[in-house]
Amino acid sequence: MTAPAIGVLALQGDVREHVAALTGAGARAVPVRRPGELAAVDGLVIPGGESTTISKLATAFGLLEPLRERVRAGLPVYGSCAGMIMLADKILDPRSGQETVGGIDMIVRRNAFGRQNESFEAAVEVAGVPGGPVQGVFIRAPWVESIGAAAESIAAYEGHSVAVRQGPLLATAFHPELTGDHRVHALFADMVRAAR
Amino acid sequence: MVLSHTFSSSEVNSVSSASSSAPQTPETGTARVKRGMAEQLKGGVIMDVVTPEQAKIAEDAGAVAVMALERVPADIRKDGGVARMSDPDMIDGIVEAVSIPVMAKSRIGHLVEAQVLQALGVDYIDESEVLTPADEVNHTDKWAFTTPFVCGATNLGEALRRIAEGAAMIRSKGEAGTGNVVEAVRHLRRIKGDIGRLRALDNNELFAAAKELRAPYELVREVAGLGRLPVVLFSAGGVATPADAALMRQLGAEGVFVGSGIFKSGDPATRAAAIVKATTFYDDPKVVADVSRGLGEAMVGINIDTLPEAERYAERGW
Repeated sequence: MTAPAIGVLALQGDVREHVAALTGAGARAVPVRRPGELAAVDGLVIPGGESTTISKLATAFGLLEPLRERVRAGLPVYGSCAGMIMLADKILDPRSGQETVGGIDMIVRRNAFGRQNESFEAAVEVAGVPGGPVQGVFIRAPWVESIGAAAESIAAYEGHSVAVRQGPLLATAFHPELTGDHRVHALFADMVRAAR
Repeated sequence: MVLSHTFSSSEVNSVSSASSSAPQTPETGTARVKRGMAEQLKGGVIMDVVTPEQAKIAEDAGAVAVMALERVPADIRKDGGVARMSDPDMIDGIVEAVSIPVMAKSRIGHLVEAQVLQALGVDYIDESEVLTPADEVNHTDKWAFTTPFVCGATNLGEALRRIAEGAAMIRSKGEAGTGNVVEAVRHLRRIKGDIGRLRALDNNELFAAAKELRAPYELVREVAGLGRLPVVLFSAGGVATPADAALMRQLGAEGVFVGSGIFKSGDPATRAAAIVKATTFYDDPKVVADVSRGLGEAMVGINIDTLPEAERYAERGW
C-alpha cells in the first residue's frame, strides 16, 4: 500500500513546518490551494497562521464548501492553532465574515492565552501520544471554551482544554510542527491510515 | 559581535528538552516562541495603517498583521523632520480595533522606544530605518526583550548581524515610501544570492566567508546548511501592486510588508484584498491578472536615482 497523501492547506501560515513534520512521521505531504488538489488527498492539515486570513482566502477561492463537504464525508483533518479555530463548530466573537469549516463540536476562544508577550512554551500531556508530554508551543493561542458530547478533550493546560479529538478530526491549540517532535503528526498519520 | 547570544535553530528545534526534562512553568519570550510567531505570518501581507479605521480595512482585506504608524513612509518623506515611535494612544486605538497582530516601529538603537512598545503590548517591534536612527553605532539588544523584533537588511551579512542581536524575523529594506520595488528586488536577490554562494563553500571556506560577511561563524555555518535564513524572510519597501507582491514571493520572500502602497492608492480596500490574494497565488499569473483588474489608481511612485542620498532610508543601519 502506498503511503497516504496528506494535504497541507497552503493558503497562509506555517505550511513548510507541517510538511516537514508529516514527512518526518512517514507520511507523504502535498500542498493544497485549490478544490481539485483537495479532492486528491486522503487527509488534510490546516496549519497555524492567521485564522481570519485563512478563512477569507478559503472563501474567496471556493474552498470553504468543498472543505465542509469532505469533512462531513469523513475526511481526517488535523488543525493546529488557526487550524483548530477553523475546525470549531463555533468561535466566540468572530470577526465580520469569519467562517469556519467546522466539524468539531466545540466553542473556541481566539487569542485566549493573550497577545504575543504572553505566548509561551510548556510541557503538555496528550492522551493517545505515547512517550511522555509534548512541548506545547502556544503562540497567541486559542483554547477550547466548551466542548460538546461528541468530542473528547485529549489535553489540558491550566484547566483549559487545548487539544480535542472527534472521530477523524484532531485539533491542538499549540504548534507541534515547531518543535521537531513528530509524535502528534504520527498520531494523525495513523488516523488517516485507519480511515482509508 | 555578541557571539554568546548566538545559537542554531537546530537547537531551537531540538526535542531533547521537550519530552523528559521540560519545565512545568510556562516560558515566555523563548527564541522558538518569537521566531515561531513569524512562521505563522508566512504567505501573508502586513499592512501599514495610521488609524483604527484603516486597521479594520486591512483586517477585512485579509492582512495577517498591521503596522501601526503615525505617518506612512510616503508622508514621512514629504514632511521631513525627525520621525519617531508612534503616539501610545494611537497604538492603543489600533490594538483595540483589530484581532490580528499589531506591530510598531522603534528607531534604530532607541532602547527606550522599544521598551515602551513592549510595555504597550504590541506583538512585534520593527527596529526600522524608516524612522530617524537614534544611535549611529549600535542597534538594540533584542535578546533583552520578550516582544520579538523584525529588522531590515540589504544583504546576508546585515541580516545575520541583526539575527545575532536577537531579531526573530528579517525583511528587505527596500526604499520605503517610493512605490518603487527596485530596491526590495535588489535586497532580496542579494540575500538569496549570498546564501547560494555559501551553499557552494566547503567547511574550510566558511570561516573566511564569515569574516567577509562580518557575521558570526555559527550563523554562517547554519545558513550554509539550511540554504535559507534561520528566521522568516519577508519583503518590504516599494510594493504597490499585486504583481509587485507576487514578484517578491517568486524571488524568495515568504511574505510581504506593504507600506504606503495601499492607503496612498485610489481604492485601498480593493487593492489590499487584491495584494493578499496575489501573495498566496504568487505563482499563478491568471489569479494575479484577475485581481489586478479594476483597482483604481496606484500610488504615484518615485524613481530612486532622483532621491538625494540623505533621503535613502536603505542606507541607514549597517
